[in-house]
Amino acid sequence: MMSRRLTFMKAINEGLEQAMEKDDRVILLGEDIAGGADVKHLEEKNEDAWGGVFGVTKGLMPKFGRERVIDTPISEMGYMGAAVGAAATGLRPVPELMFNDFIGFCFDTILAQGSKMRYMFGGKAKIPMTIRTCHGAGASAAAQHSGSYYGMLGAIPGVKVVVPSNPYDAKGLLLAAIEDDNIVVFSEDKTLYGMKDEVPEEYYTVEIGKAKIKREGTDLTIVAIGKMLYVALEVADRLAKDGVDVEVIDLVTVAPWDEQTVLHSVKKTGRLIVIDEANPHNNTATDIASVVSDKAFDYLDGPVKCVCAPNTPVPFATNLEQLYLPNADRVLKEAAEIIEDLKK
Amino acid sequence: MEKLTKDKAKWVYKTMNDIRNFENEVHNIFTTGEIPGFVHLYAGEEAIATGVCAHLTDNDYITSTHRGHGHCIAKGCDLDGMMAEIYGKETGLCKGKGGSMHIADIDKGMLGANGMVGGGFPIAVGAGLRNKYLKTKDVAVCFFGDGAANEGTFHEGINLASIWNLPVVFVNENNFFAEATPQWYSSGSKTIADRAAAYGIPGVTVDGKDLVAVYEAAGEAIDRARSGKGPTLLECVTYRNYGHFEGDEQKYKAPSGKEKEEANRDCISQFRDYAIEHQLLTNKEAEEIESQSMADIEHAIKFAEESPVPRPEALFEDVYAN
Repeated sequence: MMSRRLTFMKAINEGLEQAMEKDDRVILLGEDIAGGADVKHLEEKNEDAWGGVFGVTKGLMPKFGRERVIDTPISEMGYMGAAVGAAATGLRPVPELMFNDFIGFCFDTILAQGSKMRYMFGGKAKIPMTIRTCHGAGASAAAQHSGSYYGMLGAIPGVKVVVPSNPYDAKGLLLAAIEDDNIVVFSEDKTLYGMKDEVPEEYYTVEIGKAKIKREGTDLTIVAIGKMLYVALEVADRLAKDGVDVEVIDLVTVAPWDEQTVLHSVKKTGRLIVIDEANPHNNTATDIASVVSDKAFDYLDGPVKCVCAPNTPVPFATNLEQLYLPNADRVLKEAAEIIEDLKK
Repeated sequence: MEKLTKDKAKWVYKTMNDIRNFENEVHNIFTTGEIPGFVHLYAGEEAIATGVCAHLTDNDYITSTHRGHGHCIAKGCDLDGMMAEIYGKETGLCKGKGGSMHIADIDKGMLGANGMVGGGFPIAVGAGLRNKYLKTKDVAVCFFGDGAANEGTFHEGINLASIWNLPVVFVNENNFFAEATPQWYSSGSKTIADRAAAYGIPGVTVDGKDLVAVYEAAGEAIDRARSGKGPTLLECVTYRNYGHFEGDEQKYKAPSGKEKEEANRDCISQFRDYAIEHQLLTNKEAEEIESQSMADIEHAIKFAEESPVPRPEALFEDVYAN
């Protein structure tokens, strides 16, 4: 495969472009995903005004037209529900929820409608839709634009959730999500948009439901979600200096998460830390801790440690926001109980 | 618009009778405890589902409500499968996993009764968007009650259908009551149809017990949608014969006066008289349809009673596609 360095944002943009080239049934909907709808001077030049609030969908409207890149009013329950209806009747919509914090406006369409249709209708319905949204603190966007709700969405039967940590996975997971016949939430960390890495030019998919071992080790397993991968890798580097051999797993898919890879690793190392930027209760980390305690209890040499955001909204002040986010120092401190005796 | 021919009148009269008999029988059976859960009956409102669906084919979509049995029947859902579904049987239209509030048959264009009040608006808009995108001439009809008119989805759904000029018809069944609360208490506008002006679309109010009035108004709205002229808000004023759900004491209903008179007006006998007077049906044909309908409902009950309950493994099936 030919590859070149692309930003996380451009990788997503290219994934959307290739999905739309491949399948006419793929349409995009969202607030200002083009911008400037029905503005004459833009129409004359076939230009989009924004291409999404972060520019992720820039250039797609000029290429595919407003029939396929549909600007919606600020009307989340209307267009998210319309995406469910369009998916149930044969299209493959990719609605964008500008920030995952806006889920409250359109939750019914996912919680009570789209996620349950197939089951309630006795298997007759398929809802092939990919909800692109973004999560994450670190952009000084404060409490209503910075939360991490992928775990909450992943707790709904019928919904899959993926959280890419790098540009390669972003493109490949997005294409896999759009090919999938279920509701897949594709949750982008807004602070990763500028990250650059090698991305193949070709169409490819990354398997949903499969975690990736980013670093092999024998003493301790760290499972991380999305951007938290980089915290895990820093912890692994620092502990390596003390002779501790850490295995780092990028969870990639939050729902259904890859039990096999996680359990296999924990059975080898006997120790587990899970790093999750979500608030600390009923999140993906606590779910992993519960399953591991249940299925690998005899292999554990200590308690499973969950390092998460605190039980607070995301604060605005930069110093407080930095305290909110899990970092390597916090992981080393909060999980000291299972780390200290490994140091040589 | 297709005229109300003799053949269509037969279909209409059969459909109205099927709905009435189906609902009356569910009402009776529910008291025996054989049907689990909640049921919300459509009896009394037959003219609306029938008058609207008379213009639709299997390629057109509808979304429905809590009170969805009538819409299912009018859209062509199998009576045996529906009754078995309400009984929670494996042979049900949804394999017994949906129940009364979630009966659906996508192959018939029936996108589901809906347990969420107002849940249908955006879904119908999505089906309309699909129809427009694929350049079909198919329409989507969103049935909704007077209660749903006060949900946010009403506003967002109709606004989207209007700005995108979608082939969607919003059919309001104003049956006086949302649960136990009257429409006149809940709505800031005098009529539901008045609100159409806010979205720049036609709003029409008709007598929802007059099959011919509904048929004509719906025909015009559906023709308009099919020909690319966009959505219509059609308010059909009717009355709920039974309670919100079975077991509701209905203390909120007027014991006498104008409301009671309205409640007593029967849409089925009104249509029967009309059809005979206009030589669309003979007395003999009407009687034959009545007995055939009763036989069909009895067949459905027998089918449901004799069907097996779902296999235990079915609990885990059809959560995800593939």
